[in-house]
Amino acid sequence: MSLDLPTAWALLILFAVFAYVVMDGFDLGIGILFPVFPVGRERDQAINSIAPVWDGNETWLVLGGGGLMAAFPLAYGVILTALYPPIIAMLLGLVFRGVAFEARWRDPAHRPWWDVAFTGGSLVAAFAQGVTLGALLQGIAVEDRAYAGGWLDWLTPFSLLTGASVVVGYALLGATWLIWKTEGEAQAHARRLAPWLALGLLAGIVGVSLATLGLEFDYHRRWTTYPVVLLTAQVPLLTAILGYAFWRALRRGRELAPFLLTLGLFALTFAGLAISMFPYIVPRALDIHAAAAPDASLRFMLVGAVVLIPVILAYTGWAYWVFRGKVGHAGYH
Amino acid sequence: MFADADAVLLARIQFAFTVSFHFIFPAFSIGLASYLAVLEALWLKTGRQVYLDLFRFWVKIFAVAFAMGVVSGIVMSYQFGTNWAVFSDRAGPVIGPLMAYEVMTAFFLEAGFLGVMLFGMNRVGPRLHFLATLMVAVGTFISAFWILSANSWMHTPDGFSVNAAGQFVPEDWWAIIFNPSFPYRLVHTVIGAYLTTALAVGGVGAWHLLQHRRARAREQSSDAAADVPGEDPALPPSIVGARTMFSMAMWMAALVAPLQIVVGDLQGLNTLEHQPAKVMAMEGHYASHPDGAPLILFGLPNSGEQRVDYAVEIPKLSSLILKHDLDAPLDGLDTIDPALHPPVPIVFWSFRIMVGLGMAMLALGAWSLWARLRKRLYDWPALHRAALAMAPAGFVAVLAGWVTTEVGRQPFTVYNLMTTAESASPLDAPAVGASLLAFVVVYFIVFGFGAWYILKLMAKGVQAHEPAPDGDEGPIRTAGITPGPAERIGDAAPRGDAR
Repeated sequence: MSLDLPTAWALLILFAVFAYVVMDGFDLGIGILFPVFPVGRERDQAINSIAPVWDGNETWLVLGGGGLMAAFPLAYGVILTALYPPIIAMLLGLVFRGVAFEARWRDPAHRPWWDVAFTGGSLVAAFAQGVTLGALLQGIAVEDRAYAGGWLDWLTPFSLLTGASVVVGYALLGATWLIWKTEGEAQAHARRLAPWLALGLLAGIVGVSLATLGLEFDYHRRWTTYPVVLLTAQVPLLTAILGYAFWRALRRGRELAPFLLTLGLFALTFAGLAISMFPYIVPRALDIHAAAAPDASLRFMLVGAVVLIPVILAYTGWAYWVFRGKVGHAGYH
Repeated sequence: MFADADAVLLARIQFAFTVSFHFIFPAFSIGLASYLAVLEALWLKTGRQVYLDLFRFWVKIFAVAFAMGVVSGIVMSYQFGTNWAVFSDRAGPVIGPLMAYEVMTAFFLEAGFLGVMLFGMNRVGPRLHFLATLMVAVGTFISAFWILSANSWMHTPDGFSVNAAGQFVPEDWWAIIFNPSFPYRLVHTVIGAYLTTALAVGGVGAWHLLQHRRARAREQSSDAAADVPGEDPALPPSIVGARTMFSMAMWMAALVAPLQIVVGDLQGLNTLEHQPAKVMAMEGHYASHPDGAPLILFGLPNSGEQRVDYAVEIPKLSSLILKHDLDAPLDGLDTIDPALHPPVPIVFWSFRIMVGLGMAMLALGAWSLWARLRKRLYDWPALHRAALAMAPAGFVAVLAGWVTTEVGRQPFTVYNLMTTAESASPLDAPAVGASLLAFVVVYFIVFGFGAWYILKLMAKGVQAHEPAPDGDEGPIRTAGITPGPAERIGDAAPRGDAR
């Protein structure tokens, strides 16, 4: 595989989306889990643990969208038109979620309402993102550089399954983040939730994987034919290993490991996704070369990305470092 | 309900609605971020408590405005694909990289340092904290740079070729970024944002000065003690804060409003050169004027008859302003294909609203200078009432200016190269109509509340030792807790407002 410009950009956008999914994933997960935590201290601890960073986390979504428009403008137009309802739902969900952060501090009288907006927005955004993924995997009708389907084509049992799986996955990210960043009751609560969510996520991964093999495209070839299977079989194998490690880490009362292992599980699902889709960006309709912007666009941006993304990661890391440690108890180091 | 409607029209309304709502917040936060950096710098330099109090007062308002700007901005970054897929496909190779640079150089900078700016004072110390504030301010400016470059390119496209698929292919990035209208539009917009913030800050200061005056009047009438005008030796901190912000804001208005009028005039000349139809619509010039065009002050543009009804005009002034010559000929819309006319009444009126407010800002700034000379800046209720009335003027002017330039570009998205009608996604009207309805309902609920909180925060005024946004700046906090003790935050009082 020679690393030409469209491939480089496909990888960069995959990275941006991955960064978004794991970083905003735990923010959204905390929103999804919010109703489970009692009003007061536990909720405040939970939301406090993401208050300084959620904004930066969400910026990766803008990079994913902006990068897609810049690097694969044709795919950007086709995908967003085809997935119009879930994308709009996601955006509106994120509006409620984002404003609820500020509003629930500023307006304690209506805090229960803002908590509902926080949870509802997070849930809708997460589910819509999962539906988007499923709808992309199952294929989009393209004719003559434009979307050629109806406006409810995205809605299938498969896309609902991916939607539900992403909700559960984000909830697990949220719970393991809380195990790491909180203590006391909030942490104990998250610890009790984690094994069930992990089981749910693994079930989702298995379910989506099997369903993907049954989709009309030849995804199954990459996963079942010899000799490719020797390579691709490592993904489910590693998933099983990480699942076991997660279970052990949780039982031994580890605080950071469950979160990192969940990140690992997400990374593996991304690897699986890349294996299934490459080199297509809209499966079997647009490959990354057909959808790519002219080289002049890709080169200009690549220079910036190569210089700027490490800088972004450095100061984002610094911001996380500033707010390191447990949230909650005065005087604890 | 949308079955008969035109999907393109609905998509345009949706874009206009979401971008107008969005634009209010950056217009405020660009100026406010710089103001916060100035306040913190003054505090570090002088050590005066009032600057820190003002910083903390405004940073809470900034946080609310910024959050609303972020969430409404994410909507914008996806609207291009959902509603304008053909535009994205064809113009994406040029516009997309500019926006990607905006994300990489500005959005991450702002969002990354915002957490430290809001919650990190005790963790990083004042100097690093100031750096964070500065980075947020720089980020807002860089963001304006890129988005205005992209927008200006759509008005004055340059540095590209067109390939077989109809895509705009970048040839010369320097020519694309620094396209002919970009410098003018950048300066005009950023100054507009500064003025918007100055007027909002000045309005808040004025309101508290008026409140204080009223409270003092009540006291006087109760104990009938004559009050000495001028400096009160024991001014409460809230009044020191209100005076300081009012004074700073009026300096800004007095110095920047005239500058803005000059810059606006330069942009007008640039528009005349590159988009003459827009200027004709702004001026209401349906007919050509071979020997000196009049300046139409007011009137009712009548596009059906191609004339301005009930026009109040000053002969030859338009030629003087646009050509610096009383008798210079000016073409009218009669020289342009009627199918390519922008909607004249909208452009005509939004332009007059913007210019009228600009003149009012100039007058307010001049009045404040005169009040300073007479040493009545803090003691002239009529001036304070005027400043209060002008508090929202910047927002209105910025939006009116935006409407002028964007509607004036019609019927094109990329000027003279791609029409709005051919830019739209192949969507059915019901889909666009339903999402438009959802945006309208959600935005009014969510941003209505947001604006209300901002007004509530503004109304509360600066407190003595204004609490920080994380509610606790006391030395008991140690490193390793983020972002504040849960006991305090879990109290019934809202965070940051606990006293």
